[in-house]
Amino acid sequence: MALETIQIKEKLVESFDSAVFEFKQERDIFSFEVAADKITAVILFLKNDPTLRFHFLTDLCGIHYPDNDEEHQFAVVYHLHNWYENKRIKVKTYINGENPEIKSISNIFLCSNWMERETYDFYGINFIGHPQLKRILNMDEMISFPMRKEFPMEDSGRTDKDDRFFGRTTDNY
Amino acid sequence: MSDSNINMVAPPEGVVGEGFFATKLNDVVGMARANSLWPLPFATSCCGIEFMATMASHYDLARFGSERVSFSPRQADMLMVMGTISKKMAPILRQVYEQMSEPRWVIAVGACASSGGIFDTYSVLQGIDKVIPVDVYVPGCPPRPEQIVDGVMKLQELVRTESVRRRSSPEYQELLASYNIK
Amino acid sequence: MSELLLPPEHRYAKRIKEQLNEDGSELSILNLGPTHPATHGIFQNILLMDGERILEAEPTIGYIHRAFEKIAENRPFYQITPLTDRMNYCSSPINNMGWWMTLEKLLDIEVPKRAQYLRVIVMELARITDHIICNSILGVDTGAYTGFLYVFQFREKVYEIYEEICGARLTTNMGRIGGFERDWSPKAFELLNTFLEEFPAAWKEFENLFERNRIFIDRTVNVGPISAEQAMAYGFTGPNLRAAGVDYDVRVSQPYSSYEDFDFIIPVGKSGDTYDRFCVRNAEVWESLSIIRQALAKMPEGNDFHADVPDYYLPPKEDVYTSMESLIYHFKIVMGEVPVPVAEVYHPVEGGNGELGFYLVTDGSRTPYRLHFRRPCFIYYQAYPEMIKGALLSDAIVILSSLNVIAGELDA
Repeated sequence: MALETIQIKEKLVESFDSAVFEFKQERDIFSFEVAADKITAVILFLKNDPTLRFHFLTDLCGIHYPDNDEEHQFAVVYHLHNWYENKRIKVKTYINGENPEIKSISNIFLCSNWMERETYDFYGINFIGHPQLKRILNMDEMISFPMRKEFPMEDSGRTDKDDRFFGRTTDNY
Repeated sequence: MSDSNINMVAPPEGVVGEGFFATKLNDVVGMARANSLWPLPFATSCCGIEFMATMASHYDLARFGSERVSFSPRQADMLMVMGTISKKMAPILRQVYEQMSEPRWVIAVGACASSGGIFDTYSVLQGIDKVIPVDVYVPGCPPRPEQIVDGVMKLQELVRTESVRRRSSPEYQELLASYNIK
Repeated sequence: MSELLLPPEHRYAKRIKEQLNEDGSELSILNLGPTHPATHGIFQNILLMDGERILEAEPTIGYIHRAFEKIAENRPFYQITPLTDRMNYCSSPINNMGWWMTLEKLLDIEVPKRAQYLRVIVMELARITDHIICNSILGVDTGAYTGFLYVFQFREKVYEIYEEICGARLTTNMGRIGGFERDWSPKAFELLNTFLEEFPAAWKEFENLFERNRIFIDRTVNVGPISAEQAMAYGFTGPNLRAAGVDYDVRVSQPYSSYEDFDFIIPVGKSGDTYDRFCVRNAEVWESLSIIRQALAKMPEGNDFHADVPDYYLPPKEDVYTSMESLIYHFKIVMGEVPVPVAEVYHPVEGGNGELGFYLVTDGSRTPYRLHFRRPCFIYYQAYPEMIKGALLSDAIVILSSLNVIAGELDA
């Protein structure tokens, strides 16, 4: 008996009411949004509920939406997977752009530790309660958060490549 | 030993007489150095895998006197930088270069080491020649083992013809000074 | 110890001051990496040691961070394959195919059966090369250079097949949206058949060399074990997870590219130690060979090698020069004026090291809005400090190489 999406939806709405919304089927993945302040509770519920059993965190990443309104500037996306029923879901949560912070799930899923650090490194999203939130891929001295859309891909200080000859300028496309 | 197919390096030009052989010191030293280049593989990414292939049985870099891969910078002659060097890695590469004793040569293997390659980004050093002097550049992303071998042979040519005095010349000191080394 | 690497206020430095063993010996710090010859790739670990034994480790990564995800946001879809190549460069065709399949999922493209089978063949070849590298290097790290020299010959043979298919050896940049850029030549099949004939004997010998080898067993059994629960908590996937006894494989749980047509088993280990990881990889090579044979046997007739999607599939060059329609399509694809839906897709494939996922967010433009790679190495390397706790220094090296952490994939 496969786990039906309607079942997941009902269970979540029953427990979290309006904190979970925007349920939709995106290609092969069932997805929904969660209010940022409820994220740890929802993830914990998804993991521990005896019928849902989303016990494996596949992926965690951030997205930057500079064109959205202030409260929806950043998104953190969680991909969860239930291996027993072979069901994947995607949980998305939007957070504030001025002061991007969200509770860490590193005590729920051990593996989210580095993924959260990576997201912090790329977007500057502050994961509250993370045991060691510091840069992971870039140098500690770096001040920019490179994956935010306002930062250019290229290093502006480089001297050996003249953008004019590449048919582009630093603010590509 | 006439039936073996071992190729010996020909002696440098000189005067041969009974019981003696006279030639230039430069040539002898150059020949000796060129045929026993000890590589220090500084493999970071994809090109490192091709270097593995170069070292392995099929291409066999040992044929060029580079049998002994030296993992200690102190005992290496030829620093082979293979793969992307990020800005985080650059100080370490420099430190390794500084630890090598003279004479030392550098091969930049692959597009990333030579110029940053396709990674024209905030985190990648745009060519290792920004931090250390380079003798031979090997293009390719990654270069084929044949190309790496070719790069080594090009370097051998440089080494063979290098003057024994080059390393103490003012030009060389100036070169190092321009990289702020020592 | 350089000040650069370990500042005096570091917690290890404090601990050394505080803790003194009964016999008066001190704890010491060892800096392993980032350019240690025995670590294949660049990882730094600052180890707190009591004699030969590791008490704690602090990993630093990011030494070849190349900003794949940032580049991806600035490149049209078809220019992203070269990036995926350079992620896990030991098995780049899997990455390539995974990326194309993500796009095909986004664009709802049905790939012809034959092209799917060809993809399966090339992906399994990639898995074989990946495991050849991992296992033979594990041999080198335990002191057996012979195996490496022996099986690397066959990796060259696989590269010859790649060259015949796409022209490149290591970073293949293979395929197009909807299939391959060209049909496989008869020569490619010929090379493939020779490989299938010759390789099993060599691999058998390689196995014989190691599997019951006393030295190898002493060095690997019970070295770096990880329990199934812990492995799952740390996000392990792929051979490393299967060595711990969990039979999770994306090829079976979510078949892509017609994997459901083939009959194969998922080898699992028991204790999750280095020896089990080695054996699981060995066994997977046999399974891969069997899948390739099945795919060749079941290969549909005809010469379909790509889907009929002129909007996304580049027309042949000679047509571009001679026919107006092809020229228009060519122009539109190259200039990025093809219709792309606004959507979010996630597509996992079973990479050499585990579940390789592509999370793609599009906004209808020619470039991805956001592309995130779920890189298996990055996720399971977190467990490394835990795994080497209490192990000997020489074991730490063996554990690292048995995990097959690829620096390019780790740092992205």
